[in-house]
Amino acid sequence: MTMYDLIIIGAGPAGITAGVYAARKRMNFLILTKDVGGQAGWSGDVENYIGYQFISGPELVEKFREHLQKFDVEIREGEPATLIKRENNLIHAQTEQGSYEARTVIVASGRNPRKLGAEGEEQYRNRGVTYCATCDGPLFADKDVAVVGGGNSGFDAVLQLVKIARHIHVVEIAPEIRADSIMVEKARESGIVSIHTSSRVKSFFGDMFLKGIKMEEEGKELDIPVEGAFIEIGSLPVSAIVKDVKTNPYGEIIVDCKCRTNIPGIFAAGDVTDVPAKQIIVACGEGCKALLGAFEYLSTEKSV
Amino acid sequence: MVNKVTVYSTAACPYCAMVKNYLTQNKIQFDNYDVGKNREKAMEMVQKSGQMGVPVVDIDGRIIIGFDKPAITKALGL
Repeated sequence: MTMYDLIIIGAGPAGITAGVYAARKRMNFLILTKDVGGQAGWSGDVENYIGYQFISGPELVEKFREHLQKFDVEIREGEPATLIKRENNLIHAQTEQGSYEARTVIVASGRNPRKLGAEGEEQYRNRGVTYCATCDGPLFADKDVAVVGGGNSGFDAVLQLVKIARHIHVVEIAPEIRADSIMVEKARESGIVSIHTSSRVKSFFGDMFLKGIKMEEEGKELDIPVEGAFIEIGSLPVSAIVKDVKTNPYGEIIVDCKCRTNIPGIFAAGDVTDVPAKQIIVACGEGCKALLGAFEYLSTEKSV
Repeated sequence: MVNKVTVYSTAACPYCAMVKNYLTQNKIQFDNYDVGKNREKAMEMVQKSGQMGVPVVDIDGRIIIGFDKPAITKALGL
């Protein structure tokens, strides 16, 4: 089995930046990832990545990919890590296809959309229930839909859907909408948005495809007929794959200023960590710091 | 040898762009349908795949949902 200096888990902004730095230091490394770009690829318009006054998420990701592939990099796309653990001073990374060994690992696995956990959610997934308004929104032209979640990401979905759907129900569990008022006003101006606060989705129903949601609004049960339901209730860090790693109460991996975790040789960067600003530019910076941390660790370890 | 590749996609979906880029990079000729605009093709996609998520790739009758790179690579015999 090849013994790598480093394995990078994930190829979003943090993982790609770590990869570019590792390639320039001529390290012997491997990238294991579900996809290239991560959440950045899902972003609509990016207007705060310095050097680009305006660029779309997918375009920025293409630039990142080009930069990384300028080097001869071993990247296994479609092969996310399922378990990472330290044993006998080595780090082992497992995937469904195989297992790999390295002296250091950078965990840049990012975050996944949070699921609601309501009955029927799995059954109707991609049969009406979806987590990507940008992708699947256009399939619901002239249909009644629901957006679950009244935060900024929920209203971002609503504002994409007002141009497409017939009617949109926003379902928010809190008594008040938390999204920026400028977005809520725009949604209201469309005249096709109903807002349900203090409301909880109990289940999804239908035949082969979604036909509606059962919900509880201010204690009363009601059915809303919809063919589409967009779940926009935030995201969860992909940290459970790392055995024995310390996390905060939100499941985010705790790192120090050199991106070290509590496990020697395991570093973490980007949105999976407890670093506060979840921004593309911050994730890139953290990926760089993690790589320099891992590089320093390798050189001091060698000399011992 | 692959004869016919069809991609069902929507305009702004990142995984759709990844599928199309991957096929182009590998010099695979394909027909792309924007199912957000083409209702008939949207119905065809739902019938073929039994679901409504994009992208869907039809490689000589093999239906692949999402940007499943290993599955696409295998179906194309790359």
